[in-house]
Amino acid sequence: MLPARHPCAWVSRLGLALVAVACIGLLALLPLLAACGSGGAVKRDELIVATTTSLKDSGLIDDVVLPLFAKTAPDVTVKVLAVGSGEAMAMGASGEADVLFVHSPTDEAAFMAAGDGTLRLPVATNHFVIVGPGGDPAGVKRATSAAGAFAAIAARATMFVTRGDESGTNKKELKIWDTAGVQPSGAWYVSTGQGMGETLRIAGEKQGYTLTDLATFLSLKDTLDLAPLFTGSKDLVNVYSVIIVNQDKFPTVNAAAAEQMAQVLVSSAGQKAIGAYGVDQYGKQLFAPFAGALGSEEYATP
Amino acid sequence: MDLIWNGIVEALRLLFGGDGSIYEIAWRSLWISGLALMIAVAVGVPLGAAVALNEFGGRRVLVAATNTGMAAPPVVVGLLVSLFLTRNGPLGELRWLYTPWAMVIAQVVIALPIVMGLSLAALQQIDVGMRQQIAALGAGRLQGFALLLREIKVALLAAVMAAFGGVISEVGAVMMVGGNIRGQTQVLTTAIVQETRIGRWAVAIALSIILMILAFGANFAMTVVQQQGRRRA
Repeated sequence: MLPARHPCAWVSRLGLALVAVACIGLLALLPLLAACGSGGAVKRDELIVATTTSLKDSGLIDDVVLPLFAKTAPDVTVKVLAVGSGEAMAMGASGEADVLFVHSPTDEAAFMAAGDGTLRLPVATNHFVIVGPGGDPAGVKRATSAAGAFAAIAARATMFVTRGDESGTNKKELKIWDTAGVQPSGAWYVSTGQGMGETLRIAGEKQGYTLTDLATFLSLKDTLDLAPLFTGSKDLVNVYSVIIVNQDKFPTVNAAAAEQMAQVLVSSAGQKAIGAYGVDQYGKQLFAPFAGALGSEEYATP
Repeated sequence: MDLIWNGIVEALRLLFGGDGSIYEIAWRSLWISGLALMIAVAVGVPLGAAVALNEFGGRRVLVAATNTGMAAPPVVVGLLVSLFLTRNGPLGELRWLYTPWAMVIAQVVIALPIVMGLSLAALQQIDVGMRQQIAALGAGRLQGFALLLREIKVALLAAVMAAFGGVISEVGAVMMVGGNIRGQTQVLTTAIVQETRIGRWAVAIALSIILMILAFGANFAMTVVQQQGRRRA
């Protein structure tokens, strides 16, 4: 029997058997996985929320929005992805997200004009803040507008840390440079390509200036060596909007749940909860309900 | 220094204060990586053996591809898996993106070449004489395979440990395909990134301690098995 053959003959048959075992193992595992996957409740009824990082990192979505939404639509599995306004709108424009929470008015208008969204509603506002070293070497505190503050930073070539990530905050910053008539470039203009938290941290370590949303700054300020230097001017108004992605264009979009989400945000209960959020923790309102910003110049002019 | 010290103290308080959400995240990390590892071993060891013990065309290319796979950057794996699972992608119907299943798949893709490549290398080191001997003794196919596996036990467990270390500590791919969704797909590594970003050092340190304990515990258990019988030998 065996001796008659080449000594390694059994090995090649073994090889075939091994491949078969591997394939069977793989095949056996797939349905198992599928079963587990679909067993996890209503996979079809999922809502993908693509949001600017500030709303997620501040806790507003997890602590306020989701509990309210769960009361309205308990069967919908909500997936909140903190990606920044630029990426959120990119996800919307390819039908990968159902509803967007963003704060980049010019891009939002373009998004709607392209027919990628069916509804856009402002839901909250606050102000961006220019933060920097406590000593304020560029004299930002004396400015009367954000553009003036930026011009002062550029004039002295004091370090400014930019997110450089196409986020809502980054877009706002670029608009302010534009208004100030400055083309920011050079060694003093540092781009991180990262989120607000990382960018604040880098600005703190390097003692540079940066533009931040209020919520992220307040949640981090105890661990940062940065002072709030300038805020409250008209050109620092920050409007957060909700956008429902166009189901007619992207059939996979869950428009029904997206509408429920938008309704929760603009409902009086939702607006009240947004206004109250963070007051206990920071002694300060993080987000104003949109009622406070009706007619804001920023929102009216795309 | 205060920052670090207070962080550690607060972290220990969180660890022993029974904050359920921290343990929930740890458990999710463990089962996702554990399942991915089991699949990778179930598929990778037989595949590695098949390649090690046979001659066929394109074998060298396959071995080179496996070795390249061992060094595949997790973010690239994350991107690939995302592209397949995205709603409008080829497997979009499954609706697996941003679920633990997507994370298991990504981790299998990361772990499989490691398990396959290392078991392949170990099996090839067994000399032909021994294989002939096993055959001559009349061992059946599966019996022979089992004998070979026992022969490479030490290397095999090293492969499993390397793969486990690779997936449990990996952050790029699981962030991309899982989305770090609280209560659904947040695992230790992605939670550490987020907590650091929002300045909650203590939570980040606590999560890091758990991750290191998990990694150590798993490796310790496997090392015990690996080193069994060493004194007798």
